[in-house]
Amino acid sequence: MAERAGPIGRAAGCAGGLAVLALLVLPLAVIFLQAGEGRLPGPAEYAALRFTLWQAVLSALLSVLAALPVARALARRRFPGRRLFVTLTGAPFLLPVAVAVLGLLAVFGARGWVNDLLGALGLGSIRIYGLHGVVLAHVFFNMPLATRMLLQGWRAIPAERFRLAATLDLPPVQVFRLLELPMLRQVVPGALAAIFAICLSSFSVALILGGGPRATTLELAIYQAFLFDFDLGRAALLALMQSGIVVLAALVSLRLARMDGSGTGLGREMLRWDAPGGWRRGLDAAWLLLAGLFLTLPLLALVLDGIGGLADLPARIWPAIGNSLGVSLGCALSTVALSLALSAPMARWSEGLGLLPLALSPLVLGTGYFLILNPVIAPGRLALPVTLVVNTLMALPFCLRLIAPAWARAEADHGRLASSLGLTGFARLRWLLLPRMRGAIGFGAGIAAALSMGDLGVIALFGSPERETLPLLMYRLLGAYRTDAASGAALVLLVLSFTVFWIFDRLGGRDA
Amino acid sequence: MKHLALATGCLLATQAVAETPVLNVYTYESFTSEWGPGPQIEAGFEAQCGCDVVFTGVGDGAALLSRIRLEGARSDADVVVGLDTSLMASAQATGLFAPTSASADYDLPIDWTDETFVPFDWGYFAFVANVGEDHPASFEALAASDTSIVIQDPRSSTPGLGLLLWVKAAYGDRAEEIWQGLADNIVTVTPGWSEAYGLFLEGEADMVLSYTTSPAYHIIAEGDDSKEAVAFDEGHYMQVEIAGRLAGSDQPELAEAFLQYLLGAEAQGVLPETNWMYPAVLPEGGLAEGFAQVVTPDKALLMAPEEALSQRDGALAEWQNALAR
Amino acid sequence: MLELVNLTLEQGDFRLEADFSLPEGTSAALIGPSGAGKSTLLAGIAGFLPPRRGRVQWRGEDLTRLAPGKRPVAMLFQDGNLFPHLDVSRNVALGISPRGRLSAQDQARVAQALERVGLAGYGARTPAELSGGQQSRAALARILVQDRPLMLLDEPFAALGPALRAEMLRLVAELRAETGATLLMVTHDPRDAERIAEQIVLVAEGRAAPPAPMRALLDDPPPALRAYLGGEGDFD
Repeated sequence: MAERAGPIGRAAGCAGGLAVLALLVLPLAVIFLQAGEGRLPGPAEYAALRFTLWQAVLSALLSVLAALPVARALARRRFPGRRLFVTLTGAPFLLPVAVAVLGLLAVFGARGWVNDLLGALGLGSIRIYGLHGVVLAHVFFNMPLATRMLLQGWRAIPAERFRLAATLDLPPVQVFRLLELPMLRQVVPGALAAIFAICLSSFSVALILGGGPRATTLELAIYQAFLFDFDLGRAALLALMQSGIVVLAALVSLRLARMDGSGTGLGREMLRWDAPGGWRRGLDAAWLLLAGLFLTLPLLALVLDGIGGLADLPARIWPAIGNSLGVSLGCALSTVALSLALSAPMARWSEGLGLLPLALSPLVLGTGYFLILNPVIAPGRLALPVTLVVNTLMALPFCLRLIAPAWARAEADHGRLASSLGLTGFARLRWLLLPRMRGAIGFGAGIAAALSMGDLGVIALFGSPERETLPLLMYRLLGAYRTDAASGAALVLLVLSFTVFWIFDRLGGRDA
Repeated sequence: MKHLALATGCLLATQAVAETPVLNVYTYESFTSEWGPGPQIEAGFEAQCGCDVVFTGVGDGAALLSRIRLEGARSDADVVVGLDTSLMASAQATGLFAPTSASADYDLPIDWTDETFVPFDWGYFAFVANVGEDHPASFEALAASDTSIVIQDPRSSTPGLGLLLWVKAAYGDRAEEIWQGLADNIVTVTPGWSEAYGLFLEGEADMVLSYTTSPAYHIIAEGDDSKEAVAFDEGHYMQVEIAGRLAGSDQPELAEAFLQYLLGAEAQGVLPETNWMYPAVLPEGGLAEGFAQVVTPDKALLMAPEEALSQRDGALAEWQNALAR
Repeated sequence: MLELVNLTLEQGDFRLEADFSLPEGTSAALIGPSGAGKSTLLAGIAGFLPPRRGRVQWRGEDLTRLAPGKRPVAMLFQDGNLFPHLDVSRNVALGISPRGRLSAQDQARVAQALERVGLAGYGARTPAELSGGQQSRAALARILVQDRPLMLLDEPFAALGPALRAEMLRLVAELRAETGATLLMVTHDPRDAERIAEQIVLVAEGRAAPPAPMRALLDDPPPALRAYLGGEGDFD
């Protein structure tokens, strides 16, 4: 029997939950208070809502569909370089959006590799712009997440059952029906909901690849309300709508699925001796190859593109790297702390709260914080701390998804022993929880650090010349016609994001 | 002893800093960047004002105006540099800006009479393309051709708004029809200028909405004359960038002096090759040679600020209708 | 004296009642069919399962509201008696105090306990580096330093072979003799019970019977025990 959370755990959860709620609700409230005359959302905004929902549904479905055969192949095949494969194909999720779009264009753009190949074969050309382009980009970002979640599901099926299936010589169809389908029913809703929520707040991707006002998302409608109409009330209303949809999606997914997302890594896996051979083996290989190419070619393009620009980078890349590292490490720390607090009650309400920031609109949050700070201190002076807060909220849902199950598992496995030894409070954290959650914490901190590293965040809104981060420098280079140097900065950003992730993940002692 | 001297020195330095007045200048992001005019203008004005100039860069013109409105009367800003005529009426309506007496003998294609804002540089919007290709020479020809273009979203970017007003100024009631014709030429619409220009350089489209002066950058800074701005028969919409001082400033004299400096020969000489726009006052020696190769439109289009404000929402609706099909 | 006063434990639909006392220093085996509630009873005494009714008393003091770690109880579970991420010394030391730093005296006690169970020099190893028997010894070393007057064993040696299990029980018996602790032990095997216990608590049909002397009970088992023992009824 797992221990329920003690009073300290509940208190920590309440404090963390209140902090998250306050950080999300206060900015909205302040914006509403300051809103002057405006208009309610009209047909244009409802069209944006429809498009937003539609592209998010499509993106979620396709990401999970594409991830299914890949996760299955990874779960049952062993091959040299498998760990590297898992690491590399996880990478796009950590990529800054602006950087990733450059990489995608190098592969799928008008002069991209795919069109080069099609041209050489005399097969016409493809155009990436439109709904399909938006969805392609979202699949590129989120398929790694879906793959990881599904792979965890496969790993959660006890090895004994596969052993049993093997001794009964069950055909693959039966293995799927009896073992894999029940697991998928558990895991797929959660994956769909998570990706749906992420895609809801899409802005740059939808705009750049969407091909025009057809592809207006809610987030763009928020920009319009702010920058074009300066209608604070409408912007806040739209942000509220966006969050409302996420809450609904989160509730549905919590209801449909309870993922036993064990903290166990993806590397140490038992041999699967039921993996069918023959053409199925070939098919698995083909899926892995396709997914590998789709997910890594844009990365390769970024590297090739960026190397030439490294020499053009200005000297201020160094302070920018320093600032970005600071924000990134700070974000890792605060995200893990907040995730621990929200994991402590081992309750659904606290986990649900942690998912709320998924569809936050950085513009609305940033503006809210700005309005809160403005009467007290010049907000520009707090550009980095505010960026830190926004990035922490942004990374929280992902980090919490890793840490909360690890916490619950540590309690389930060893909680009784710890209680019988009188390990409570800090001693329990030190001797039981932290060591058992090391892998999840390292992984979660890595994700938080990498996501935060690449995010332009609200720092642009706050405008603060001495506090330049790497993404901001990249934008400034682009804005000053320095395209080559910007590619170089993108490469530095890419390498730095992956390095911090890798280091944290290693510190957690977790295999790929 | 040495330590004491050091400490005294620090103390004196702090006092000196404390006594130096600070002039806060808000501007858009690329103005204040290392490659923009910001650093030179800061150094130049500091050399004569005995003050400390602090630039704060915020997004683009529209974001800049939002920022000023958010801060309201409490703003630290003394001077705002980098709004344009499309935003001027909205800026004026906030009541946050104070009249200025700064002025100059402008070399603008239009008369400047406004008493709150001063124009410091200007340019023509234009489509930029690769030299040697055959380019349509009007919106109608463009719509009829299969030339592909990248443009910016008027809701999130100033050039995007400029294009909206350009088509409206040139075609009036026919604007929606023109946009319908352009719909299949538009590869995509980006959030800002940087993304669009980047896509064009990557070869994603034949032309990109930018400025007639963009090729001057490639010629002067990169020795690359492969880019050109395409002259359109309808004439080109102008962007006139403006600066103004805030009524709530605690440094009104300094702010006034800064605006005057911005219009002076020194600052005006810096602008062309850092901001890549025409200066409001031509320097005595003329512009660098690269600018000579730049197309000069036969006809300049510009709506008066009030008209731009009143036409804006209607023009946006037409744009959305035409392109959302 | 351990007293279970009108104790009622509930887990879902399952319900177990106990109302008896056990004199200090005795050792009793809990015997009964699978699912009869032997582990449930231990969990109730150890504080993992709050009683529906009644109370648990030790030396006249009511334990019912005390957290598991605050009770005068040292317990070994069926498995998971060591933290896999901590070395053996640290695992044992947690029996003395959950604090981080150990005094020289504490360290000496840990070493002494390890030596007593035959694990001298194994302190730096992790549980995964030990055999099953060694893991049991390490857990017993911790019980030793915990120095609680009440020992609860929930079949901790079930996974060991017969010889090894006998050896462990002998060790438990020795330790108990040295410390004078009261022992309650779940077992399936009457032989194991005989090796270590003087009393038998029969757990069956939703009730834990008062302890009865081992010999008398095995010689003339009541119907429930007879049914449980089956063919082994006359095992010696």
